[in-house]
Amino acid sequence: MQLLYISPILFPLLGLLINATLGKRLSERLIGLIASSMVVASFVVSAYVFMQVGGLSAGQAAIPVDIGIPWIQVGALAVPFALQLDALSATMMLIVTGVGALIHIYSIGYMHGDARFQRFFVYLNLFIASMLVLVMANNFLLMFVGWELVGLCSYLLIGFWFNNIKNAEAGRKAFVVNRIGDVGFILAIMAIFVTFGSVTFSDVFGKVAAMSALNSPIIVAITLLLFVGATGKSAQIPLFVWLPDAMAGPTPVSALIHAATMVTAGIYMMTRAHVMFAAAPDTQTLIAVVGALTAFVAGSVALTQNDIKKVLAYSTISQLGFMVAAAGLGAYVASVFHLATHAFFKALLFLAAGSVIHGMEHLRHSAQSAPQGAHDGHAEPFDPQDMRNMGGLRAKMPITFIVFLIGSLALAGIFPLAGFWSKDEIIVAAMQRNLLVFALLGVTAVFTAFYVGRQLIMVFFGKPRSEDAAHAAESSPLMTTPLIILAGLSLIAGALNLPGVGSLGKWLAPVLGEYEVESFQFGVAGFFTVLSIAALAGAWLLYRNAFAKAGDKDPLEKLGPVYALSKRAWFIDTIYKEVVVKLFYAASSFLSRVLDIGGIDGLVNGAGILVRNASGSLRRAQNGFVRSYGLMMLLGVVVVVAWFLISAGGR
Amino acid sequence: MNTVSPYVLLSAILFSMGVIGFLTRRNAIMIFMSVELMLNSANLAFVAFAHQWGQLDGQMFVFFVMAVAAAEVAVGLALIVTVFRSKKSANVDDLHQLKG
Repeated sequence: MQLLYISPILFPLLGLLINATLGKRLSERLIGLIASSMVVASFVVSAYVFMQVGGLSAGQAAIPVDIGIPWIQVGALAVPFALQLDALSATMMLIVTGVGALIHIYSIGYMHGDARFQRFFVYLNLFIASMLVLVMANNFLLMFVGWELVGLCSYLLIGFWFNNIKNAEAGRKAFVVNRIGDVGFILAIMAIFVTFGSVTFSDVFGKVAAMSALNSPIIVAITLLLFVGATGKSAQIPLFVWLPDAMAGPTPVSALIHAATMVTAGIYMMTRAHVMFAAAPDTQTLIAVVGALTAFVAGSVALTQNDIKKVLAYSTISQLGFMVAAAGLGAYVASVFHLATHAFFKALLFLAAGSVIHGMEHLRHSAQSAPQGAHDGHAEPFDPQDMRNMGGLRAKMPITFIVFLIGSLALAGIFPLAGFWSKDEIIVAAMQRNLLVFALLGVTAVFTAFYVGRQLIMVFFGKPRSEDAAHAAESSPLMTTPLIILAGLSLIAGALNLPGVGSLGKWLAPVLGEYEVESFQFGVAGFFTVLSIAALAGAWLLYRNAFAKAGDKDPLEKLGPVYALSKRAWFIDTIYKEVVVKLFYAASSFLSRVLDIGGIDGLVNGAGILVRNASGSLRRAQNGFVRSYGLMMLLGVVVVVAWFLISAGGR
Repeated sequence: MNTVSPYVLLSAILFSMGVIGFLTRRNAIMIFMSVELMLNSANLAFVAFAHQWGQLDGQMFVFFVMAVAAAEVAVGLALIVTVFRSKKSANVDDLHQLKG
């Protein structure tokens, strides 16, 4: 039975082993089939776990699973390889494996013809396994193992087309920025161990709950460090700069890792440790404000982006900000609810964007034979991702249009799609608890509707603005079927936690505590719906005829410096590059030139040079002349005899 | 005689003459002659001390020295002849291939 509970992790590992070893000899279809079926198997088991957890009695909150092999037992630190299957982890497992399976299937079509097709699926399976380790772990250290592994997979997959140096650099940037967050996480784990003597969730949270004082310095420190880790992984201020660059990876990667699952790891971690955060209200306020600020800043940047994936990237950062803000406000159910709905519609949007990109490249591909590593993101001269080259794809790619429309409306929070319910729950919580957060999130919601509308209109409406758009074609069923499934989910996922019913809240109660079911707030909902529709209408008016001619400017450019601020992502990346990165390179260059090459190499080489020169001068005694040798022998004899004479003379 | 100092003095003089000859001569055979001179000066010293202490040990040792000297000369002269055959010169300054 224990093996069954561990199997969701083992299936993808098995898949990746098969594909890694035998993959060279297998056809594309078979590789994709193996990888996808493993994830589907994980999904089935996750569903079973879900039902088992549902059947737990009131006293037991989780199914403990111990793999039996002790991991770390050093002094007072005992960390097992153990899993904890409760309502929260079951929910995450379903999301990860469900969305993951759909994206695997989609990738079979998307990555068709790629030279490293096999490698892609190996990495995808590794990612699913790692993410499952992360959400199923029962202690901080094992969760951190999963945390690091998903960071690794993110790096591998972002830089998948590493022949283009920009992609490799993006992967590196993601990894390094993530790492900075991870330092915070590691310090937090150390602090937790020192304070509580254990890193297992049940031990630690039990002890925290027993503490009566709020905002004790050590708990505040721990929660702040945990939050730093979360900002790295979940792309919040100040560590969000890697996510837009991560769009250099293949679109399924963006969908899976940077929309639906990996970036939610930070939010999952905060939800898991909610007891600890509840004991540090100061940190919680900070988290809520940072989350809201991130949502606002990212939302404002998404307004002016021209790359279809960049819009979605900043949108993701913005929505993550919503989730983080909700967690900071203590509305964990709302946060998880939005996590789930966002996974559905953002994955949908990314996959649909991939379908659009595929369609835009259709002309180029039919002209040449299936190129390898086709979607290098040929930045110039033709960018299949630039929305200014698109237009009128509604007619050419109807299925993609419909699903993209559904996803976009869900993102904008239009009734009755999923995003409406989850986003509103967060906004209501903000209204009740922190007005600054409420204001920021409210404005961001309006931004969201606007950039969603802008994107829809630029891509699907109007006249095709380039040859490629004119010749676009719908994608294969292998790609469109997952899109349709995700669209269906985006339509109905609101049912997860309807106000007045609160299914998700009650389901998560064993983990997160009593859930008070909210009643439907007509006023707030109505107000924001009206604003969103107004924003959509505004986008329609502005962009209906925009970019009609080549060289046309974005209507928003009339805002002047505000436009520049938005377009350049508030110059945060620029500041980082000029200040932090330059400083770092200068320090590194100093250490390398002065200390390493000059100092250490100098010492080592100097020793060699010294020996060489010394031997060079001593070698002159070896001149090959017999008579000089004879002289030296004589001198030696004289010295020895003198020595004996003198020492004997003492006697 | 009871004093050996003249003999030892003579031995020393002969030895130093041998050394100087060894160091300053260029001809290989001349160097050998100097070596012989040094050996024989040592012989003289041995005999003189043997006479002083009234023991025959020193004189026995002279036999050994002579035997060794003879063997050494045999080998050495053979070497010189071989070298001369290839180098056409008995000048030791020409033998510097072992220069480091």
